[in-house]
Amino acid sequence: MTRMEKKKLISGLLFISPWILGFLIFSVYPVLSSLYYSFCDYSVLSPAVWVGPENYHTLFNDEVFWKSISNTVFFAAFAIPMGMVLSLSLAILLNCKVPFRGAFRTIFFLPSLVPMVCLAVLWQWMLNGDLGLINNAIRPLLNTVNENFGTQLTAPNWLQEAAYAKWGLIFTGLWGVGHAVVIYLAGLQGVPQHLYESAEIDGAGFWVKTRHITLPIISPVIYFNTIMGLIGTFQVFAVPYVMTGGGDGPERSLLFMATYLYQNAFDYWNMGYACAIGIVMFVIILTLTYIATKLSERHVYYEGK
Amino acid sequence: MPLTRKLKTLLLCSLSVILISCGNSEKENGPVVIRYWEKWNGFEADAMRLIVDDFNASQDEIFVEYSSVSQIDRRLMLAIAGGIPPDVAGLWNHALPVYAENNALTPLNRYTEAAGIGREDYISIYWDMCTHRNYLWALPSTPASTALIYNKKMFREAGLDPERPPRSIAELEAYNAKLMKRDESGRLIACGHIPAEPGWWSPNWVYWFGGDLWDGAETITADSPENIEAYRWVQSYPERFGARDLMSFKDGFGNFASPQNPFFTGRVAMVLQGPWIYNFIKNYAPEDFEWGVAPFPSVNPELFPNVTLVESDILVIPAGAEHPDEAFAFIQFVNSQVEMEKLCLAQRKFSPLAETSAGFFEEHPNPYIGEFIDLAKSPQAKTLPGTTVWSLYANEMRQAFGSVWTQTATTEEVLSEVQIRMQENFDHRARRWKRMEETLLTEWEKP
Repeated sequence: MTRMEKKKLISGLLFISPWILGFLIFSVYPVLSSLYYSFCDYSVLSPAVWVGPENYHTLFNDEVFWKSISNTVFFAAFAIPMGMVLSLSLAILLNCKVPFRGAFRTIFFLPSLVPMVCLAVLWQWMLNGDLGLINNAIRPLLNTVNENFGTQLTAPNWLQEAAYAKWGLIFTGLWGVGHAVVIYLAGLQGVPQHLYESAEIDGAGFWVKTRHITLPIISPVIYFNTIMGLIGTFQVFAVPYVMTGGGDGPERSLLFMATYLYQNAFDYWNMGYACAIGIVMFVIILTLTYIATKLSERHVYYEGK
Repeated sequence: MPLTRKLKTLLLCSLSVILISCGNSEKENGPVVIRYWEKWNGFEADAMRLIVDDFNASQDEIFVEYSSVSQIDRRLMLAIAGGIPPDVAGLWNHALPVYAENNALTPLNRYTEAAGIGREDYISIYWDMCTHRNYLWALPSTPASTALIYNKKMFREAGLDPERPPRSIAELEAYNAKLMKRDESGRLIACGHIPAEPGWWSPNWVYWFGGDLWDGAETITADSPENIEAYRWVQSYPERFGARDLMSFKDGFGNFASPQNPFFTGRVAMVLQGPWIYNFIKNYAPEDFEWGVAPFPSVNPELFPNVTLVESDILVIPAGAEHPDEAFAFIQFVNSQVEMEKLCLAQRKFSPLAETSAGFFEEHPNPYIGEFIDLAKSPQAKTLPGTTVWSLYANEMRQAFGSVWTQTATTEEVLSEVQIRMQENFDHRARRWKRMEETLLTEWEKP
């Protein structure tokens, strides 16, 4: 390395030093220290005491932790595909040349601007078993069914019954798909028009064009949204936390991994245990992302490659 | 190279700005400034402001900087861990054991002994809840006890004597049957009492059945026969009125601090509440709202008369506080009879001190304040368990309550699960304490 190069390197490093420092102090250090604390009995205020893998041992035998994992997986398994289908369909529709297209786009994007906490409070009332708008809409339907088929169906108490609580949360999440729609729209606009034109000449209809042109071309966008969705749903916290008033929901049906982590860290003074949960969460998300990447290798098409 | 020089200058400038802003802003020779964090806001915060102003005006050695802090228990924990705690903090009594055992507070014994303050100066239960492991960690600020609050108008309409509230759980349920109303479609529209409203103390119903949540030493008693009886009483509600009907009924309740509070709208006739209910009635209930106060009935009034759950706001000095002596001077000032009565009157509560002046009762707008004091002095007054696992325990008991309420499990099942889980947790904490005990006791003895 010449003197000039060295100088350039130093000034280059100096220029990016805010980022490097930030990364080291706010990302690397917390991750490493939480790895260390996950092997300690640590209550934040008392000094940490090394206990070896005890936290992990307790964790794997902790039914509540398994419940939080199964809740999280259930939520992800439905929220991600449903969100993807809905946002992609909306994006394709909003990409059509229809009058007031801009207005429609704005309307579908607006809900995702509502802050998480407001969203949770709003949907708490939407899903209210007695006065909620959802149940007000369902009741006449159920009454008609009951009259015609002699059934005894009643509208559910969404957030008070374990069987419905997670569905309530999934619907709440679908209301905020605006961000994904915008990303899909951007992807859709990058699809070369000449491909559609030549397909049309060959007599392709809407479905064929979508299946063989649109989806392959925007596959990197779908992949991106899937990974973001995966990370987002595995870290779901604010909305269920607000909806349940900081609790776990009926039968712990709204207890997610992040909620359990938070409770252990800040309510139960088990920071060591909370760190262990965090590490397990990290490993799960990392593994799933890796699997998603591997699986998508064959299906994601990058034009530049 | 000019670029490097510029960079150096920039770095130096920013460094000096950081250093200057970190510097101590306290004036020399001026009063010692102590920082006081309190959880209250609104009129309760204003009430404390009067006392702080009195203190600041009463002398010129110490100046209290008073701020209202939300989620104080978590912020205080982080502030102490970060080494920048306030000098005085207002906590809840249930947070005390976990703070004390984590060495996050300053023991007050030395201070109270020097100031001649003792247990005899207080309604004893409030002094006791400020102690943990034989050390005193706090002094009370505004206390509370809980009682049956009932809607006299609803009693009259149901043909019940509004001056004769129920005296046993059996009577409560007889009243309940008379007060329960459904509309034509069968939907519940009013009831006498449901144990899920407001649901703040669902783990603590056991007290009214002669039960307790731990033995005060090493054993959790979640599934004791008395506790099972209490939760069976809870279980009888969905059995009698239908789990779904109750859920839907409760879902229709508005917020506690609103005119839609079900107690104010005539949907629930009897609730377990503390003296603060006066403020909410005044602010949110209809003009013609008539109410009464009585001890919440127990299962056996002969054996367990005047059962009440007692709680208190407390003042602590966090460990590592910069000015603990000045902080205690302020706490002592708040705990003088004149100031304490002024504070509790402004917050519409009662004084935790053993002596209350006649003028306090004359001035107090709540005609039932005496009943709350009597309850606090009752031998059957109970506190939340003074253990470091309480927040987890409370959550477990609430889950158990929920399962029983929605009929997804039986009382015996859920309480034995809580018992196993909590005893394990309790033992874990006991081990943590054993590891730290010697070091901590030595440290707490230090002057």
